[in-house]
Amino acid sequence: MALFPDPFGTLLGLQNALDAFRRSDWLQSSPSASGSYPPLNVFRKGDDFALVTELPGVHGTDLDIQVKGRTVRLSGIKSVKYPEKVSVHRRERLEGRFDRSITLPIEIDQDKVTAEFHDGILAIALPRAERDKPRSIRIG
Amino acid sequence: MSGAQVLAVREKQELARQEEQTVPGRTYVPATDIFESDNALTLLLEMPGVGKNDVDVQIENDVLRVEGKIDYAAYKDIEPIYTEYNIGHYARAFTLPNKIDRDAITAQVENGVLTLTLPKAKEAQPRRIVVN
Repeated sequence: MALFPDPFGTLLGLQNALDAFRRSDWLQSSPSASGSYPPLNVFRKGDDFALVTELPGVHGTDLDIQVKGRTVRLSGIKSVKYPEKVSVHRRERLEGRFDRSITLPIEIDQDKVTAEFHDGILAIALPRAERDKPRSIRIG
Repeated sequence: MSGAQVLAVREKQELARQEEQTVPGRTYVPATDIFESDNALTLLLEMPGVGKNDVDVQIENDVLRVEGKIDYAAYKDIEPIYTEYNIGHYARAFTLPNKIDRDAITAQVENGVLTLTLPKAKEAQPRRIVVN
């Protein structure tokens, strides 16, 4: 096996692809986008969208996901607890509540939305509503 | 819940390595909490996307090195259309105080947070002296 298998299959290839879409105003221009935590990545696979975010240390029971029309709302609380009688030397993990909603350019089939939460990563699959899908027009 | 403060976004920090890498890819520094109790030092490192089989903890010359590898295979067939954060492996190193019982260090991963428990050596634990 080669030491550098495939230039586009490497982590760097993926990181560059993610970087290419940073600081675009694709969602910021939407009037209903609110909140800033957690940072979100939006992906597309065929017709459907997926929303991925990092929530380390958050419990699934402390998360609330709501979907309506084109908007996804993600809220919850992230808490950082220490046992009693300890001295804290370093404190970098943040805690607090969050409430973020974003509007996507597609209509979401809210009955088919699924969410997975593994190892602190939340992935919400957002299938595009059937009536919102583009149709090909045949020239007669 | 209403009393809790609103979470701010903190940009991920890229790791500045002492050694240079030969494999392409960026590595990030996990946000870490460290606290000390009477009998142990505990480190909590946020490494979202890192499962329990993807963590590597090593001790070499008083330096504790922690590495967490993410599985990016899930991103293979999907196309990013809007991104606010980047992903990458995690790495961080800490100098150990010499009063740690190195053989008794334990590690545990839950919800993307790695907990390292570094028990203090017997001689470093506080002792109560009874006054006769």
